[in-house]
Amino acid sequence: MSSLAKLIQTEARLYARDRTSLILGLTLPTVVLIALGIIPELRESSEDFGGVRFIDYFAPSLLVVSVGVIGLTNLPVIMATYRERGVLRRMRTTPVHPGKLLFAQLLVNLVAALVSALLLMAVARIAYDVPMPEHPLGFAIAFVLGMAAVFSLGMLVAAVAPTGRTATGVAMVIFMLIMFFGGVYLPRFMLPEAVATIGDYTPPGVQALLDSWSGTAPSAVQLLVMGATALVVGALSARLFKWE
Amino acid sequence: MAFIEVRDLVKSYGSFRAVDGVSFTVEEGEIFGILGPNGAGKTTTVECIEGLRERDSGSISVMGLDPEKDGPELKQILGSQLQESRLPDKLRVDEALDLYGSFYRRRADPNRLIDSLGLGAKRKTPFGKLSGGQQQRLSIALALVGAPRVAVLDELTTGLDPQARRDTWDLIEQVRDSGVTIILVTHFMDEAERLCDRLAIIDSGKVVALDTPGGLTAGVSDEQRVRFRPSAPFPDALLLELPEVAEIARSGPQVVVTGRGNLLQAVTSVLARHHIVAAELRVEQLSLDDAFVAITGKSLEH
Repeated sequence: MSSLAKLIQTEARLYARDRTSLILGLTLPTVVLIALGIIPELRESSEDFGGVRFIDYFAPSLLVVSVGVIGLTNLPVIMATYRERGVLRRMRTTPVHPGKLLFAQLLVNLVAALVSALLLMAVARIAYDVPMPEHPLGFAIAFVLGMAAVFSLGMLVAAVAPTGRTATGVAMVIFMLIMFFGGVYLPRFMLPEAVATIGDYTPPGVQALLDSWSGTAPSAVQLLVMGATALVVGALSARLFKWE
Repeated sequence: MAFIEVRDLVKSYGSFRAVDGVSFTVEEGEIFGILGPNGAGKTTTVECIEGLRERDSGSISVMGLDPEKDGPELKQILGSQLQESRLPDKLRVDEALDLYGSFYRRRADPNRLIDSLGLGAKRKTPFGKLSGGQQQRLSIALALVGAPRVAVLDELTTGLDPQARRDTWDLIEQVRDSGVTIILVTHFMDEAERLCDRLAIIDSGKVVALDTPGGLTAGVSDEQRVRFRPSAPFPDALLLELPEVAEIARSGPQVVVTGRGNLLQAVTSVLARHHIVAAELRVEQLSLDDAFVAITGKSLEH
């Protein structure tokens, strides 16, 4: 097996062995969905939510949790810990560049975020009959770009945080902001308009997810902002990344 | 060209010259020690050899390869064991060797490596559950998994208990016997004395002495001391007549004779002729520790 394949296999194994991140990362959004769905009022269409059920409205916001938990709490903390413990430095003495380890770690986390999102959507559909995205292509693009933008922020934290503890602290602040602007703490229709507008352009761009879910093509500007964020922040973190 | 050659190596951190013109050569198959107090520039020197740091000036050649120009090729033949480098806690012993083995073209048999390092019963144990000594041995195993021609071992036994240290020393000798050239960084005298064929003493970024352990002590002084408790009193002159004896001192019932050459033989034969028994007889030779203090004017902090 090539060194890259081995690295991916190893990182996937380590991810699976870390019960906390496995359970929290993969199932937290789904657990929240199930908990909300148990309340009957949230499963009935209501004038308060513009004639739709709260659960239909809120499911896309929970995707923000899926992407955020993994991209901002798992990824940067693991990378910063690897630096702190000298794992990256140790790899620099071998013929394989530690950039491959970084890539493997990124890939494993992207797959985990994807699995978490798919699990959420499947449970929403099966348990509560939440409709699936009505603009699938737009939704796929919005999801991938939004996820890339969140992960680039996670990588930026990973690039510069000297220790796992610092990474946890900084990433947690970004995570909370993203949750807030993404309408996870308070549904977006309850947020002041200015805050909601900022939320449109805050990774992962929840409005584009909501629009494409309900069948409207996502706004090109919002998608561009997500793509540009991913590129610029991603390039910046690659530039700033410290191996030791 | 020598197997490993370091010439006029200089490396500064800001205005601090960590390595200031270090030169030495290492022959194929030897254990070459780099000894010095903390902060002397030992680790920086080997980090330049390993390709972890870029030197400011000077040249380095390992089997004709330059760590800066031929990094990837050099790393195929050079295994490194770093100070304070850990693995993910949940990575198991066999998985770590399997992973690191995949980085190299040539590979040592991981199972034999695990067994020879005494980790046979720990194959499935995650890194975080290993003892300090076992973690250290795994780290050595990872340095050897690419079947290297050269191994650089930095502060190999720091933090190990005495038994684990001796076991590790045996292991290093086995590795050398299998044909691997070893550069050993240490601040333990006994370790250097026991393992190294030759060693360089580095202090404040410079090589201050370079010789075999025996040569280093002899170079400082060949003075010896014989200490004993005589069974009967005798005058100082009895021993001072001997050409080997330089000085005689008494403290309580103890006599300490200082001198050179075959001192012990000379002293005991004179005493025997006068029917004096030398009880609690001890010969004290200059140790590498004493030589180190004489050369650098410092003692090593343990």
